[in-house]
Amino acid sequence: MYSTKEMSVFDIIGPNMIGPSSSHTAGALRIARLARNMVKRPIEEVTFVLYGSFAMTYQGHGTDKALVAGMLGFDTEDERIKESFTFAKEAGLKYQFKLDTNKVDVHPNTVDIQITVEGGETTTITGVSIGGGRAVLKKINGVEIDLSGDYYTVVIRHRDLPGVVAAVTDILSKYNINIAFMKLYRENRGTIAYSIIETDESLIEEIIDRIEELGNVFQAFLIEKL
Amino acid sequence: MNFKSGQALLEICDVKNISISDAMLLREVQFLGSEEAEVIKKMEHAWEIMKKSARHALAKKIESMGGLIGGEAAKINNRRLTGNVSVCGNLMSKAIMYAMGVLEVNSSMGLIVAAPTAGSSGVIPGALLAIQEEMHFSDSDMIKALFHAGAIGYLIAHNATVAGAEGGCQAEVGSASAMAAAAITELLGGSPRQCLHAATSALSNLLGLVCDPIGGLVEAPCQQRNAMGVSNALVCAEIALSSIEHIVPFDEAVAVMYNVGRSLPNELKETALGGMAAAPSACSRCKKCP
Repeated sequence: MYSTKEMSVFDIIGPNMIGPSSSHTAGALRIARLARNMVKRPIEEVTFVLYGSFAMTYQGHGTDKALVAGMLGFDTEDERIKESFTFAKEAGLKYQFKLDTNKVDVHPNTVDIQITVEGGETTTITGVSIGGGRAVLKKINGVEIDLSGDYYTVVIRHRDLPGVVAAVTDILSKYNINIAFMKLYRENRGTIAYSIIETDESLIEEIIDRIEELGNVFQAFLIEKL
Repeated sequence: MNFKSGQALLEICDVKNISISDAMLLREVQFLGSEEAEVIKKMEHAWEIMKKSARHALAKKIESMGGLIGGEAAKINNRRLTGNVSVCGNLMSKAIMYAMGVLEVNSSMGLIVAAPTAGSSGVIPGALLAIQEEMHFSDSDMIKALFHAGAIGYLIAHNATVAGAEGGCQAEVGSASAMAAAAITELLGGSPRQCLHAATSALSNLLGLVCDPIGGLVEAPCQQRNAMGVSNALVCAEIALSSIEHIVPFDEAVAVMYNVGRSLPNELKETALGGMAAAPSACSRCKKCP
């Protein structure tokens, strides 16, 4: 069930979570929370597109409530999840659900999250709930990625040019941050690329600011360890 | 320190002269790079949630999301308290009651600990809380038992699966039952070897158990399967503590369970297309059956 990464006892005795389903409720919440952390500006509106088993049983499993709760930043054990629609209303978060039961070549627990921020820019993130409450982000704006939130993570959107990645890792080494995993993805050669770096040590905003100041870096942001 | 098989775990216990629960705690301290006290505190938090979720359904009627279950734990409790002679005896009927109660909380979007999954979340708290109340163990004894249960679950998840969609209900309730059986065996003075025999028996007894949630919901037959899983755990602990050994070693049993899981048809692995979910009465109760 867990491919490359090792398990903690709390992956087995846990997660502590609001029921009823680790994959349909806790996993869904984690996808939304990871997605929320990938946009920096205040969120105006969210559209969730549900596939497979998510589309079939989302209401009975509270998947809809869990996704909204994740967008609000709630933890898997937050008892407010059940009332997340009310809390979304209070927070002014607009959301809608769409179902796509025709697409068959997707993992049964898949959701596309389209997030529109203030100013109108939209980011689309695809997430998959892989069992036991664990979640992986598979796509950002159509670019294939693989992000679990198991580690402290920095996501960098930059121009696909020589030297950018070296400059980033140079900053990390100056702050004595050890890289656990590092992956590079790009839309097209020479255009937009994403670097996703998972680290053993926690990252601070100052490091992110330093990375963002680099030439050819458009955006850098932290994903908290889930 | 790490172990990836039951055999390796037994060797560590032998060499260091420690229990399975101690070995798992040591592994975790190293794995997370945290202080022991911090790791124990995290487990105490899980235990508090387990106790609360097990008792909650007795205090008030809970509505499940799908409306298929609700009020069962209270019914078992009423029968237990109104002087009817319990078929199972007090310990077993309490274990059943608590396990079913946790599933009520789970299906109503209440707070539970997935152990190892939400669908099997009643088994471990059901077994441990009934044992604690009836045999007067301390909370710190129960925390140790949870580390022990975690070791068994970790070995199953690492070498096979604990997901119903991959292995059927044997991977969920079967694993939970094996975890509880082994933990209880240690709690009542069994050796690490006896604990693994208890886990093997529990897995072996539930081999082939299908995952067939009615309407695709974690409600029925899941709730009663949790009651069965907790009973099986107590039965297997009794067997192992009587020094009865299983013929097959634990690691082989885990591999067997995985093989059986892989050979189960998809209809019987959480898809709600077969088993109880496909019975006419089940289909008439839920709106979404295909």
